[in-house]
Amino acid sequence: MTKRVLVVFPHPDDEAFGTSGTLAKLIHEGWQVTYACLTLGEMGRNMGVPPFANRITLPAIRKLELEESCKAIGIQDVRMLGFHDKMVEFEEPEVIDGEMKKLLDEVKPSLVITFYPGYSVHPDHDATGASVIRTIQRLPKDERPEVHCLAFSNGCRDYIGEPDVYQDVEEYIDQKIQSITAHRSQFQAPELVGDKKLSREDMVLRFGVESFWTYPFEG
Amino acid sequence: MELINLSEVQQMLNKLQDQELYVHLELTTGAYAAHVDSSRHPAANFITNAKVCYSSGKISGAGPYRVGLKTEEGWVYAEGLTHFEESDTERLILAGHDSQGKLVVALQLSQEPF
Repeated sequence: MTKRVLVVFPHPDDEAFGTSGTLAKLIHEGWQVTYACLTLGEMGRNMGVPPFANRITLPAIRKLELEESCKAIGIQDVRMLGFHDKMVEFEEPEVIDGEMKKLLDEVKPSLVITFYPGYSVHPDHDATGASVIRTIQRLPKDERPEVHCLAFSNGCRDYIGEPDVYQDVEEYIDQKIQSITAHRSQFQAPELVGDKKLSREDMVLRFGVESFWTYPFEG
Repeated sequence: MELINLSEVQQMLNKLQDQELYVHLELTTGAYAAHVDSSRHPAANFITNAKVCYSSGKISGAGPYRVGLKTEEGWVYAEGLTHFEESDTERLILAGHDSQGKLVVALQLSQEPF
């Protein structure tokens, strides 16, 4: 039977930095990947250098960037859920949870990848992870997929310990670089690229290992 | 976007005055501001598709620029504007980008919702 993974993030490019190598690896191993992206990142601040986007054109540009990134990774199924960037935490929980339940029922994943609620810095990240966790927590224990979370808030390891899942993705670094650079409006951000072009070796050092926390469900 | 041309923006402000418009007004330090530097205060706001009608609208300053719109009972104000969308002749699209090119402030006016 095909193994299925459901990836749930709020912004185009969330898949690129933390998990694109892992996804490329899983796809190579025969997994089917469904990526549900809640928003189009339409409130992003990066507009390209020099700016080639604006508040009006950004959603369409980021949609294309997302499609290109997913193609580079090899993701077979991309869903854009149409929520508004920055507003995920203000949606009625039953609305978002309902969307998560529909996806889980349809995809029937054995693995879900999302953000660790409370430890993922951006309110949309935390709200997205919280909805996924709430929805899966409600499932009978033996029907719950394993959930691997990304976390990166300052000091998060003091609370949730060290990651317990490490993926060496050096072999998939080319797909990962293509995924990251597909997000042109975001990737040109100076804090990412600095003042020099990153070499393949730099990228391996920086992005060659992806790490996750297995979510500890209660009950 | 282009660097603001004062007279072109002023002409557009004149063209759009005295009519009901949709406004998008935004100011943001970004969601990662305090994550990257804990001494920074994270702040952001936006109001989108509120209706506004101004009797007088002016752009001022030597760059970055300020815009003030006088409404029947109040004001709309934005400071730090650097760029405008020259190709958009029906709407006024203004933005302010910081030294890294990131959007910090936006002021947009349109007859149709955004």
